[in-house]
Amino acid sequence: MTGTWLIPFLPLASAVLLLLSAGRMPRQFAALLGAGSVGLAALCVGLLARDFLADGEVREITLWTWMAVGEFTPRIAFYIDGLTVVMMSVITGVGFLIHLYSIEFMWEDESICRYFAYMNLFVGAMLLLVMADNLLLLYLGWEGVGVCSYLLVGFWYREPANGRAARKAFVVTRVGDTAMALGLFLLFTQLGTLDIQPLLAAADLQWQVGDSLPVLATALLLGGAVGKSAQLPLHTWLPDAMAGPTPVSALIHAATMVTAGVYLIARTYGLFLLAPPTLEVVAWIGLFTLLLAAFAALAQHDIKRILAYSTISQIGYMFLALGVSSFSSAIFHLVTHAFFKALLFLAAGAVIHCLHHEHNIFRMGGLRTRLPVVFWSFLIGSAALAALPFTSGFFSKDAILVSAWETPGIGPWLWAGGLLGALLTDLYSFRLVFVVFFGEAHTEPDRQPGWKMAFPLVLLCALSLLGGLIVLPLAGVFPAAGEHPESHTIEYLTVGIPLLGLALAYLLFLGRQLSIDSLAESSAGRGLRAFWLNGWRIDELYDALWVRPYTSLAQWWRNEPVDLLYNAIVSLSQRAHHRLAALQTGELRWYATTMVFGLVLLIAIMLRNAR
Amino acid sequence: MMEVLFYIAACIALLATGLALTRANASHALIYLIVSLLAVAVVFFLMGAPFAAALEIVIYAGAIMVLFVFVIMMLNVGEEGLAREREWLQGRNWIVPGTMAALLLLELMLALRHAPATTSGVAVSPKEVGLALFGPYVLAVEISSMLLLAGLVGAYHLGRRFIVRREKRR
Amino acid sequence: MSGLQVPMEQVLALAGLLFSCGLLGLMLRRNIIFMLMSLEVMLNAAALAFVAAGAKWGQADGQIIFLLILTIAAAEVAVGLGLVLQIQRRFKTLDMDQARRLRG
Repeated sequence: MTGTWLIPFLPLASAVLLLLSAGRMPRQFAALLGAGSVGLAALCVGLLARDFLADGEVREITLWTWMAVGEFTPRIAFYIDGLTVVMMSVITGVGFLIHLYSIEFMWEDESICRYFAYMNLFVGAMLLLVMADNLLLLYLGWEGVGVCSYLLVGFWYREPANGRAARKAFVVTRVGDTAMALGLFLLFTQLGTLDIQPLLAAADLQWQVGDSLPVLATALLLGGAVGKSAQLPLHTWLPDAMAGPTPVSALIHAATMVTAGVYLIARTYGLFLLAPPTLEVVAWIGLFTLLLAAFAALAQHDIKRILAYSTISQIGYMFLALGVSSFSSAIFHLVTHAFFKALLFLAAGAVIHCLHHEHNIFRMGGLRTRLPVVFWSFLIGSAALAALPFTSGFFSKDAILVSAWETPGIGPWLWAGGLLGALLTDLYSFRLVFVVFFGEAHTEPDRQPGWKMAFPLVLLCALSLLGGLIVLPLAGVFPAAGEHPESHTIEYLTVGIPLLGLALAYLLFLGRQLSIDSLAESSAGRGLRAFWLNGWRIDELYDALWVRPYTSLAQWWRNEPVDLLYNAIVSLSQRAHHRLAALQTGELRWYATTMVFGLVLLIAIMLRNAR
Repeated sequence: MMEVLFYIAACIALLATGLALTRANASHALIYLIVSLLAVAVVFFLMGAPFAAALEIVIYAGAIMVLFVFVIMMLNVGEEGLAREREWLQGRNWIVPGTMAALLLLELMLALRHAPATTSGVAVSPKEVGLALFGPYVLAVEISSMLLLAGLVGAYHLGRRFIVRREKRR
Repeated sequence: MSGLQVPMEQVLALAGLLFSCGLLGLMLRRNIIFMLMSLEVMLNAAALAFVAAGAKWGQADGQIIFLLILTIAAAEVAVGLGLVLQIQRRFKTLDMDQARRLRG
């Protein structure tokens, strides 16, 4: 298809137009441009996907040579294979639905132009990221989405807290980005190219499995992925990034940007297969993150923060899948997660929008009857999140857990942890549902969502339920997974645990037959809840470890210690001046004495030489 | 016998100089200085430089020292001046000047170790000096006369106000 | 008339001693009159050295230099004593340690 370049171009051009209009574009026009460009891009992706599914051929499209510096000649070029098509579909499809939703959500905001500009810029950058044929263009998209995340999280910039959250997001991901850049440098110097396919081929030729260089390079790339995908230890930015508008959270922090890390690892899987230690680290990171985030989500009371921790946890599942070399299931879970997490965020956004910006779930309640569409969306989304049978989430999570079990060595541990995580996921997601939608209403909604909000919700509901039946065209991308013997106990456990969790949640939060109130109110319980509410106090740890030393160093540096050298020179010469000036007493006798002194020295020297 | 004369004259010169520089009374010091100059003139004479000896007495002791005498008389330093001088001549003030002067003397003596020559024994008459003055050294003579003129004019100006003041007071 | 065969060493030693005495006096005394007197002593000692040198070679040059030194001394004393008078008038004292307005 010759118009492939249109796919990233349309959102980017729209972003430029919206930015150049400097906010003076009429509201309807901005909305049309903003959502329409992504819609058209989605259409183009649909056509491309149809062509691709028909012949299954990988397409390489070069637009131009970006730069030519000696032997380094990266191009602006696209590499379209199954993985790319999947990612592009998710980005433009879910993206379009979110843009449509945003029209209604942001309609009363005065900066709607700027909003759509940034959103389109984001979609364009993300498309560049997934379509890139070389790692440099990928990095361009990577940085682009980072910038857009900053711009969008800090969208309501007049509130200082939002700016802080935006800065935090940017700086924390920057740490990862720097590691990734180092990894790119290493790869280039060792393998001579950054084009992905030639790079993977060269790596296979040059490096053996378990060599130190691929381990180092992949560890650095992993650093970048960890930052962007908000995994341990660089996950602290995501809960605070909920300060942005809810559609932003849906698009960036659920469906697309945070999945960039997963995409990176999947795209360069050949490198990671050469570095088993790194893969193991990936799996462990995934496991610990999913457990940590799940516990933290249990104690939150802000509706969006629960979903944020949930995102961190689910991406942990994806990392776990990558760690056990089950790349297809990781991408599958990425797709289904995009569906149901976007659904959940949009539904939460609808709740917030209709309850005049209330965020605390304990001040909601009884919305089942008042916001029915939202209720059903939330229910279906949570069911998919909890991997209840026959939802899309069920198929993808099941695939991950089974491949975890199959892996020799650490596999069973990962499987057990994943299962515990599934239980916890159930608990927190249905806690959310029961608290917000059942019980007595503390806040009454003052409006109902319109069709622009409802339609995306309904569509995403359908995808969350039926998405599990989609067969992703990943056959040609990843090495085929071996056939595994079916183990029935594992299957039963994997299916049963989520249901157990649902039952537990019902008993605890709705029916109140079971009560852990005494446990919760005890000092240990309260301490634990506060601990988890604070995200395991990792923010405080980082503050003490990095931020405080850095700021105190900066404060100390204000004394200009480097100037000490120059000031010392100055004071030295001044003191020498004063000492020498003291020799000029003005007294005749003193002068005579000093002259005699000099004379004595001179004659002594002359006598010495004359000998 | 002539050496004895030389040693006597030398001793007198040294003694007189030492006394001159350690008196509190300026007039006494001056007289001692004149004695020293006379002794040095004797040394000149013994070395066979009679013209130099004569000049030493006539000009140095006769004119320059007399100038000193006039000024000292004019300044009229009284009793408290004498007391001050005695105080300034205390032992403590001698340390640094004494050390420096001693060091210099030591070095000069060291330099003189290898100077075994004696004088020629031939007297140089005033006639020879005169011939040399108006011969090769005539430029020096002219310049020294310029110097004297400058000294004259300077002394006149420097002394003028003081004299005028004094006359005004009358 | 013939001169004495005086050993040069001893005459120069005398000159050196006189010079040191003068130097001592210059550094020691505070009264400006005495400082000028010490200067005269030093000049005299230098002149003695010159005359001794001339007597060694039997030439008139030593005495001619002696004459020039005398000229210098005369001019210097004239101007110097004029300055002394001015100092006495302005500072009301002859103490050279008080006259230090040119201090750095």
